[in-house]
Amino acid sequence: MPGLFDLDLVAARDALRAREITSTELTAAYLARIEATAGLNAYITVTADRAMAMAAASDARLAKGEGAALEGLPVAIKDLFCTEGVLTTAASRILDGFKPTYESTVTANLWRAGAVMLGKTNMDEFAMGSSSGTSYYGPAVNPWRGAQDAGTPLVPGGSSGGSAAAVAGWAALAATGTDTGGSIRQPASFTGIVGLKPSYGRCSRWGIVAFASSLDQAGPMTRTVRDAAVMLSAMAGHDPKDSTSAAEALPDLEASLEAGVKGLRIGVPAEYRVDGMPSEIEEIWARGIAWLRDAGAEIVDISLPHTRYALPTYYIVAPAEASSNLARYDGVRYGLRVEGENLSAMYANTRGAGFGAEVQRRVLIGTYVLSAGYYDAYYRKAQRVRALIRRDFDEAFGRVDAILAPTAPSDAFAVGANEDDPVKMYLNDVFTVPASLAGLPGMSVPAGLSARGLPLGLQVLGRMFDEPMVLRVGRAIEKAAAFTARPAMLEGV
Amino acid sequence: MSLDKATVASIAALARLRVPEERLEPMVADLNTILGFVEQLDEVDTTGVEPLASVTGHALPQRDDAVTDGGYPERVTANAPDRVNDFYAVPKVVE
Repeated sequence: MPGLFDLDLVAARDALRAREITSTELTAAYLARIEATAGLNAYITVTADRAMAMAAASDARLAKGEGAALEGLPVAIKDLFCTEGVLTTAASRILDGFKPTYESTVTANLWRAGAVMLGKTNMDEFAMGSSSGTSYYGPAVNPWRGAQDAGTPLVPGGSSGGSAAAVAGWAALAATGTDTGGSIRQPASFTGIVGLKPSYGRCSRWGIVAFASSLDQAGPMTRTVRDAAVMLSAMAGHDPKDSTSAAEALPDLEASLEAGVKGLRIGVPAEYRVDGMPSEIEEIWARGIAWLRDAGAEIVDISLPHTRYALPTYYIVAPAEASSNLARYDGVRYGLRVEGENLSAMYANTRGAGFGAEVQRRVLIGTYVLSAGYYDAYYRKAQRVRALIRRDFDEAFGRVDAILAPTAPSDAFAVGANEDDPVKMYLNDVFTVPASLAGLPGMSVPAGLSARGLPLGLQVLGRMFDEPMVLRVGRAIEKAAAFTARPAMLEGV
Repeated sequence: MSLDKATVASIAALARLRVPEERLEPMVADLNTILGFVEQLDEVDTTGVEPLASVTGHALPQRDDAVTDGGYPERVTANAPDRVNDFYAVPKVVE
């Protein structure tokens, strides 16, 4: 009989339905695990009492033979989702003490599906970062350690690093993340889990603390590709409260999961071979290409000519939208207030004390590129290049069914690294940002280990609203990779 | 285009962000690094390209201009740092 922690989301769901385990038992085990892994700093808030109450309610429903898609399954929520009555911080000091009086649509969907909330996970402040090191609550830590350097704590990636660390460290069965430029996929790659950014519009943004509204998208972070399909099915859906929410019906995401890649055309973009890319990233990519070819896919060389301009485009568009979205934090309606001699000074003092360094940089860049005289040169220009990036993908997807690329340009780096120069941190998103700008679905699947013994992910990109294809190709990679490595900290759990 | 200290101070004022004097110099350096990076876009010929602001592919949905929610000021103001009855309280604006 395998232990409780050997069960992934789908296996736990089946065991609960078969009444082999109870949600109370499963939830208590995960809460104990959260305590045991407190050093990961994966959670900002643990909602133990609420979790046990939700688990008991799920057990009552399961006992009656009822129960929805995720009934009784304990999950973690990135602290960017508003949860009614539960501290929601976006990992920022400026949201000190904020307890929303409403529930985000995505989390409401999860609770309606029977999921149990373990707590709220750590992240980069306002989801701005690739290390989860800009959190006001201190950095989240990767459960993995380098083989030759087990003493050095590594980042779990970001911004959804707390969610990634929790899933990889078995301190949550699955978790929600959000992805603006790679914030689900890059941490999934760094921690050896599956992370899926759906098409823009699949999941409602209502009640998610806004960073860059034309890019933000919620998605699942799970142990397996099938888990991601099951979790996304519960999270997604049209929501009239989000005007950008897609009306397109969500197809059955599990139906074609095992269909294989025989006869599919898989694109390999030349421009993703970037200067200075470590050879092990090229190697894992080559291995992924070989796996898909061996499974019967046709590999097609494609070109996405504007790839190298995606990051600069993103670092205009995202800060511009952020500076506008973050204007609401003024010390009047919620969170921190730092008094001043007048109203204006109160605003400035509150924002100066409440926002961390990276958020301040982005607010200032965003304010600048939107200001009179610079709007056309920066913001309009970036929107035009964004159109070209989208056009590149449209043309490529006329010839291929999916695209295969690396997820991140490296394995996990040390806590505190890459902080001397903001652009150095931005380069982490070089392979994830293009699809974000185009609104396309993308998923990172664990594919192997680096020379340091750390996980490396491969990324599958699909056409707009073609999550079934992304999952199908992702599943083929998962099968071929047979990634069973675990962080050393899980031995004996 | 390179920003100087005075420009950054005025952007900070526009953004209602108090940046202490000793933080201004490092901020100028950081912002110039970022601007130097994004200015690569000047290489791209975007003549005749329409700006892309939204990837939804659908027009913004419209609905009747009607009140659809509300009527609970205590919930709306529940998180306010300072309030008086059902109102947000702020430092005096008019003498």
